[in-house]
Amino acid sequence: MIQMMSAQEKKVHPYKFNMWLAIAGMIMMFAGLTSAYIVKRSQPGWESFTLPGIFSVSTGLILISSLTIQVALKSFKAHHMGKYRLFFALTLLLGVVFITLQIMGFYRFNELGMKMTGIGSNPAYSFVLAIAGLHILHVTGGIVALLVIFLKSFSRKKRNYDSMPVEIVATYWHFVDILWLYIFVFFHLLH
Amino acid sequence: MSNEAVIQPGVAALDVHGHAGVGHHHESFITKYLFSQDHKMIAKQYMITGMVWAVIGGLMSVLFRIQLGFPDATLPWLEDIFGHWAKGGRISPEFYYALITMHGTILIFFVLTAGLTGTFANFLIPLQLGARDMASPFMNMLSYWFFVLSSIIMLSSLFVQTGPAAGGWTVYPPLSALGEASIGSKIGMDLWLISMAIFVVSQLLAGLNYVSTILNMRTKGMTMTRMPLTIWGVFFTAALGLLSFPVLFSGFILLLFDRHLGTSFYLSDLVVAGNVLPNEGGSAILYQHLFWFLGHPEVYIIILPTMGIVSEIMSVNARKPIFGYTAMVASLFAIAVLSFLVWAHHMFVSGMNPFLGSIFVLLTLLIAVPSSIKVFNWLTTLWRGSIRLTPAMLFSIGFVSMFISGGLTGIWVGNATIDMHVHDTYFNIAHFHLVMGVAAFMGMFAGIYHWFPKMYGRQMNNTMGYIHFWATLVLAYVIFWPMHYEGLAGMPRRYYDYSIWESFKQFAELNKVISTAAILVFLAQVLFLCNFFYSIWKGRKVTNKNPWDANTLEWTTPINPGHGNWPGEIPEVHRWPYDYGKDGVDFIPQTEPVTKEESGY
Repeated sequence: MIQMMSAQEKKVHPYKFNMWLAIAGMIMMFAGLTSAYIVKRSQPGWESFTLPGIFSVSTGLILISSLTIQVALKSFKAHHMGKYRLFFALTLLLGVVFITLQIMGFYRFNELGMKMTGIGSNPAYSFVLAIAGLHILHVTGGIVALLVIFLKSFSRKKRNYDSMPVEIVATYWHFVDILWLYIFVFFHLLH
Repeated sequence: MSNEAVIQPGVAALDVHGHAGVGHHHESFITKYLFSQDHKMIAKQYMITGMVWAVIGGLMSVLFRIQLGFPDATLPWLEDIFGHWAKGGRISPEFYYALITMHGTILIFFVLTAGLTGTFANFLIPLQLGARDMASPFMNMLSYWFFVLSSIIMLSSLFVQTGPAAGGWTVYPPLSALGEASIGSKIGMDLWLISMAIFVVSQLLAGLNYVSTILNMRTKGMTMTRMPLTIWGVFFTAALGLLSFPVLFSGFILLLFDRHLGTSFYLSDLVVAGNVLPNEGGSAILYQHLFWFLGHPEVYIIILPTMGIVSEIMSVNARKPIFGYTAMVASLFAIAVLSFLVWAHHMFVSGMNPFLGSIFVLLTLLIAVPSSIKVFNWLTTLWRGSIRLTPAMLFSIGFVSMFISGGLTGIWVGNATIDMHVHDTYFNIAHFHLVMGVAAFMGMFAGIYHWFPKMYGRQMNNTMGYIHFWATLVLAYVIFWPMHYEGLAGMPRRYYDYSIWESFKQFAELNKVISTAAILVFLAQVLFLCNFFYSIWKGRKVTNKNPWDANTLEWTTPINPGHGNWPGEIPEVHRWPYDYGKDGVDFIPQTEPVTKEESGY
């Protein structure tokens, strides 16, 4: 029995594995959207665009947030709870600011006369809204997960040093970060 | 993570030695029957929810077959039940389109995807692999309740004033994107999209768990190559679902944008009821690509689990090892890979470049190779076996019959040149109903008859099982065989009334026969349901842990296993699951160590 258990422990934790599988699914979703974008781009009626500068700022922020969550994870594993909470909170904050900047970016699109929705909208801009908007939803999911884990770390009843939830949420956070980087570069190269 | 920690988080895993009570943690009615995290209960929940949907979806087909077979009949009771949808006792055209749309949606997604895989993947993965439960029982429960939520939304769409979605189960834009274009594209369409989006979430949660459990939670000695074929079937199914459903989700999101945010992803240069729409630059074909990128893998999502089920049941009841285990796994893999490369064969008539079309023809016809390998292996498994014709075995053989009949016409419609002629005709209807509708149902019935003793500790009634089988087999052919001729004569699908068409009047009597058979086959399924529910409480009790003399691990559990499946330790596996009739021994369970005298593999 003990041998059996240790044999099982060598394998990837099933929850972690689930996370990787879920990431595969999400990649397919965005692959579907960006393929649709490529197909659409080659058809008549496409209006090309440049992303407003505000998106570069948000890209920088989300890249930094990947670093902060990594520092938080390391501190958690070393049981430096103060440092862990600080960097975790920093990640949360960066996430919220990122989303705000993204939404401001959408408004910037409209201000520049590139309508994303309604009469006179062009699929090119609508695609930016759909793809980046869906990405925002994924970041929001990450923020909710961060928040839950963050609040749990203040619980007085349970002292929990299981790093699994933090590791999983960090993996997810890196994923949404890289995903945005992909989308950002994608919009720049194929506009 | 150990298996024990999965079902009882926080309880040390070591105190289970010799205990008879593993997993007998406290269960109230709610945690046992409602919000259960036991994979066996979740499987039963999926099965019974699927049955409810099958009755609703089947009844819909009876209703529209009444219209098709007896277009002139006035049936006052229809008006009594459906009110203005059946004024004067005749099904209205809007009602007819809603019926065929919901029939497709319900049967394909709610019954043959969630109901089928949800039942057998949940039930068999832990039992046949030697695990206490799924990798994440909580996510498993969540997946079921997401399915219930999407079911409730879909069901509620049947009762809104403008009726449910009615643009065909594929909900192609522009019809589905424009609420003003048809009564079936109003709120019912939104509910359809929301329900399906939640359904996708449910299937993703389930699929994650299946793949992760199969790869990580096998008992000692259960190498991948010792897994029963049922597990291989659901494994590839889950992988397909995981990679294709998100793409459908993308397509739905863009459709929702077009419906409510005034975007033009799918819309361009349209005139609806005399009004010129402002939408420009969209492409309706884009949706078809996104839809069929899921849509084609979807048919394998439906058929692969039943292929596994049938392989297992055939081997057990032919008392012979499955012929060509490796070839079976390899062909499942080949089908899974090819399924992602053939989606555009649904779109030959969409104005596709003929050269591109020819590539899709080639890839489509390639699927015939692994499919034929599988059929060959099933037939050779039966060859010279000492066959026990249990209801499960009959349904397995029926599955192969349906799969051959429907598969052969697949070679026809896979050819762009023939497809141009028979596209959207009854030929196509006959093809896919046989190969993935009736065949998948046959496989599902086989699975239910075979594993019923494990699920409820009782047997189903055999005589009723035989009647159910022969009625289903014969009537399914009576329904779908003539449709091939109607289709070759050019009779299009989805039309409301053929009697006003000079060219299709000749089929009036044939349509009557088909409709009568459809009603009878529905009654045969009611018989099955009676048998099923009667047997849960009153069936003959199983006295032997292993009633079919099978080799796989699920038959080493107690007759009514608790949460955790095995009272003591999980057994160790020493051999593959198909040692039937080896060295003159009838069967050797997987838990038997290999002896020195035994002949090699």
